[in-house]
Amino acid sequence: MVAQNVAFWILAIAMAGAAIGVVRSQNVVHAALYLVVVLAGAAAQFILLAAEFVAWVQVLIYIGAIVILFLFGIMLTRAPMRPEGSMDNSQRLAAAVVSLFLFGVITALFVDAYGGKEIKLSDDLVLIGRSSNIASSIFRDYLVPFEVVSMLLLAALVGAVVIARRD
Amino acid sequence: MALNNFLILSAFLFCTGIYGVLARKNAVLVLMSIELMLNAVNINLVAYSAFHKAVAGQVFALFLITIAAAEVGIGLAIVLLIYRNSHTVDLDDADQLKG
Repeated sequence: MVAQNVAFWILAIAMAGAAIGVVRSQNVVHAALYLVVVLAGAAAQFILLAAEFVAWVQVLIYIGAIVILFLFGIMLTRAPMRPEGSMDNSQRLAAAVVSLFLFGVITALFVDAYGGKEIKLSDDLVLIGRSSNIASSIFRDYLVPFEVVSMLLLAALVGAVVIARRD
Repeated sequence: MALNNFLILSAFLFCTGIYGVLARKNAVLVLMSIELMLNAVNINLVAYSAFHKAVAGQVFALFLITIAAAEVGIGLAIVLLIYRNSHTVDLDDADQLKG
């Protein structure tokens, strides 16, 4: 248990620092690289929670596909590599107040609702996160949502092609 | 491991994402902040899945990853269209719909 806690805190501190880097960096490419750190940290947290399949899907889709899409977006919009103006608008103070207030409220709610609750790691937790178990759950219990999500993905990709096409 | 550790970490990531959405000017950076928020929800779902020893949380985390991919595809297409029409991705300049 101690090893998992130490691993959690190392990952959590790295993720929190990198998340602040994503919203504070004045260089767009650096922000994308900080995002990679956050996403990889989340994948490692999933492994800590014995959700191995979700962790590898996270690595493949988030780090492998979505970050690459972001880098293409940065390239195609010719985002300035070195800051000439600020990347932030004039609402920074208000935004910080809103997000800190929300963080306080959510944290108070969680401490009130789940204070002292523990996640117990055991072998059946590993069995739950196995890909065969997840696959049978998706194709047995969640077949209709799965089909809906696949139609959504198809529609979104066709829509993206239609929007971005030069006429 | 305390359940609250994971929940508060995800709350922190979500609030950082909200700050980014509100305070950033570049459209690509706003999309990255949205990714932070979606990822925070993923951590929440998997933590609850481990807490309740139920697989449903992980299945919905997979659905959420799919929807995040669709969202980034559409979002970047819209950003590209804005760039092509006005040669900037500065969101403060995209105010054509303002009355």
